[in-house]
Amino acid sequence: MPMKSILAAGAAVGVLSVVMPVQAQETVNAVMERGALRCGVNTGLAGFSNPDSEGNWEGLDVDVCRAIAAAMLGDPDAVEFTPLTAQQRFTALQSGEVDVLSRNTTWTLTRDTSLGLNFAPVTFYDGQGFMVPADLGVTSALELSGATVCVQPGTTTELNLADYFRANEMEFEPVVIEQIDEVNAAFFAGRCDVYTTDASGLASIRATVAPNPADYIILPEIISKEPLGPVVRHGDDQFFDIVKWTVYALIEAEELGVTSENLEEMMGSSNPSVQRLLGVTPGMGEALGLSESWAHDAIAAVGNYGEIFERNVGVNTPLGLERGINDLWTRGGLMYAMPIR
Amino acid sequence: MAQADTSAPAQEAHGLLYDPRARAVFYQVLTLAIVVGIGWYLIHNTLANLAQQNIASGFGFLDREAGFAISESLIPYDASDTYGRAILVGLLNTLVVAALGILFATLIGTVVGISRLSSNWLVAKLASVYVESVRNVPLLLQLFVWYSIITVSLPHPREEMTVGLDIYLTNRGIYVPVPLADPVWPLVGLALLVGIVLAFVIRRWAKRIQETTGKIKPVLWYSLAVIFGCPLLVWLAGGAPIGMDVPVREGFNFQGGIVRTPEFTALLAGLSFYTGGFIAEIVRSGILAVPRGQTEAARSVGLKPGRVLQLVVLPQALRIIIPPTTSQYLNLTKNSSLAVAIGYPDLVSVGNTTLNQTGQAIEAILIYMTVYLTISLLISLFMNWYNRHIALVER
Ligand SMILES: N[C@@H](CCC(=O)N[C@@H](CS)C(=O)NCC(=O)O)C(=O)O
Repeated sequence: MPMKSILAAGAAVGVLSVVMPVQAQETVNAVMERGALRCGVNTGLAGFSNPDSEGNWEGLDVDVCRAIAAAMLGDPDAVEFTPLTAQQRFTALQSGEVDVLSRNTTWTLTRDTSLGLNFAPVTFYDGQGFMVPADLGVTSALELSGATVCVQPGTTTELNLADYFRANEMEFEPVVIEQIDEVNAAFFAGRCDVYTTDASGLASIRATVAPNPADYIILPEIISKEPLGPVVRHGDDQFFDIVKWTVYALIEAEELGVTSENLEEMMGSSNPSVQRLLGVTPGMGEALGLSESWAHDAIAAVGNYGEIFERNVGVNTPLGLERGINDLWTRGGLMYAMPIR
Repeated sequence: MAQADTSAPAQEAHGLLYDPRARAVFYQVLTLAIVVGIGWYLIHNTLANLAQQNIASGFGFLDREAGFAISESLIPYDASDTYGRAILVGLLNTLVVAALGILFATLIGTVVGISRLSSNWLVAKLASVYVESVRNVPLLLQLFVWYSIITVSLPHPREEMTVGLDIYLTNRGIYVPVPLADPVWPLVGLALLVGIVLAFVIRRWAKRIQETTGKIKPVLWYSLAVIFGCPLLVWLAGGAPIGMDVPVREGFNFQGGIVRTPEFTALLAGLSFYTGGFIAEIVRSGILAVPRGQTEAARSVGLKPGRVLQLVVLPQALRIIIPPTTSQYLNLTKNSSLAVAIGYPDLVSVGNTTLNQTGQAIEAILIYMTVYLTISLLISLFMNWYNRHIALVER
């Protein structure tokens, strides 16, 4: 697959060098005509995006894609998933191979500007952590000087790692491998002392890939901010708006107590906010250039943000993550939807 | 002058149209114009599209801080160095693995190629099994196999395995002691070079003697003597330093000595054995292409089998072997970019990270293309020179 990333980059070069019409709703039109949303996801990270035994994609990032497809096309299954490594993802988005990237992608200034991308609201507030074998006898990241560290290239992880060791005047040897399966194999074979990535990723790998999860511990230090969210390319503001407000609708639904289960009941709610969200009071759909049932369809498909979280990564899943800072702002978290009006 | 004669220009133009030289020039200029035109069109559009999508362009990023670490490097490098230096580190890593790969693939190919023709059934069969298997399994797969052999079957540094002489095999790498720094060592290196040059001189001298008197000198022994003798003498004269920097376990890994990482070892092994299989076939067919009559004639004048191979068969076979081997060398160099799959920081691996962090795909691809083109052209030039050098001089 390394060839694939070169090819992807090559394709980007190719696509960028033919005339591209300057057209504002390019992506929206393409999605509508095709009748499907092209969504770039992880190659496989349980809880975020992972094909099940029948090849159906599932996970938090996947549900975001399905919500957007439901809002735009009324059908959560109208999604073509493209698994991408960290290296391939941006060229795939820039060259138009995918319409939106929903793949544990950290919002940074460089990506938002020089890479020509736009970040929709954060769907998971994360931070980078370290995982080590329990029998290594290490209890803090500050004891890691001289360690060998497994990391995926083309990530913020790679940069934070170098920053952290530099700031603490420690040394390390990186082992940098592109495919997640290969990094996992190298780490569990003992090629590295430490595995570093987003803490949610570590939890997932520990729970679903480790031969025996109890043999590995995640160190307490969180060394960075990793706000993860969907990304689109510059050039189609309407599409950016749709992605942005679909995410807000999922969060707003949780705040208003609208769930996939009580949805039809809520259609009769007397709360004006609920009426606007679900299109009972028309206007929001029209403003986005979508049908008035856009948010209704998205919630019907995947539930509100809280349901998505609990189903994929929550305490009752193998990942077992607490809501923490990913809880609603009304409960002390950071999830805060802009007013839908 | 045009006014004076009216018929001449017409005739000239007519003549030009049918003049093969003029026509050739015209078509070349036309082709060039079309190529330049298309090139300009593509570049223009690319820049326009990049600007429209607000994607950064230009090579300014090469001076910015890279911010990521690289696992192995021939030159000092750390995360606060620039992207430009990071790419240079990657380029040097590519050159090292390609050069060593070419060396080992050639050795393996020669031995196996000759073995396939061996009259010993077992040797010949083993050689063909090797050739058939490495040539028919994709290289990427072979790299993964080598990499997992090393990382899974070799022990962890905590329960390391030693083969004696303070050499340690672990799944973090192979640790080998190196002599402690001493002013004598560079001189020993120099003496080795001198020895190699001397060996060439001796070869020429022996050839002249043989051509004039027919006497055969034991060139091999003389050469070995100077190649090893010169450095040995310098080392003894320099006080024979024997201090070694021995790898010892410290903290998480071994410290001291030199280490060859599993990524490097797996890539080198993969490239060498894979390309070696192809070179073996080239060597075999090169030898088979020398008419049997040549061997028989050489035998009948009383040459021993070894001398027949050395003096009659190989020089003729080489001429057939060199051109296809050149393209194997080029393949090996380009295949070294598969390094990225097993995490060896070659040009493409470091370049891809740079591409990803800066978003400057076009620039990165241009760098790859320029580098691989340059390396390939250099290898071709050298091999063409060598080919001409050994070509049959017709008298
Ligand atoms: N959030 C970081 C890292 C994202 C990342 O690639 N994470 C890894 C480990 S959690 C991953 O998802 N790998 C899955 C894959 O390569 O398909 C970034 O945006 O650079």
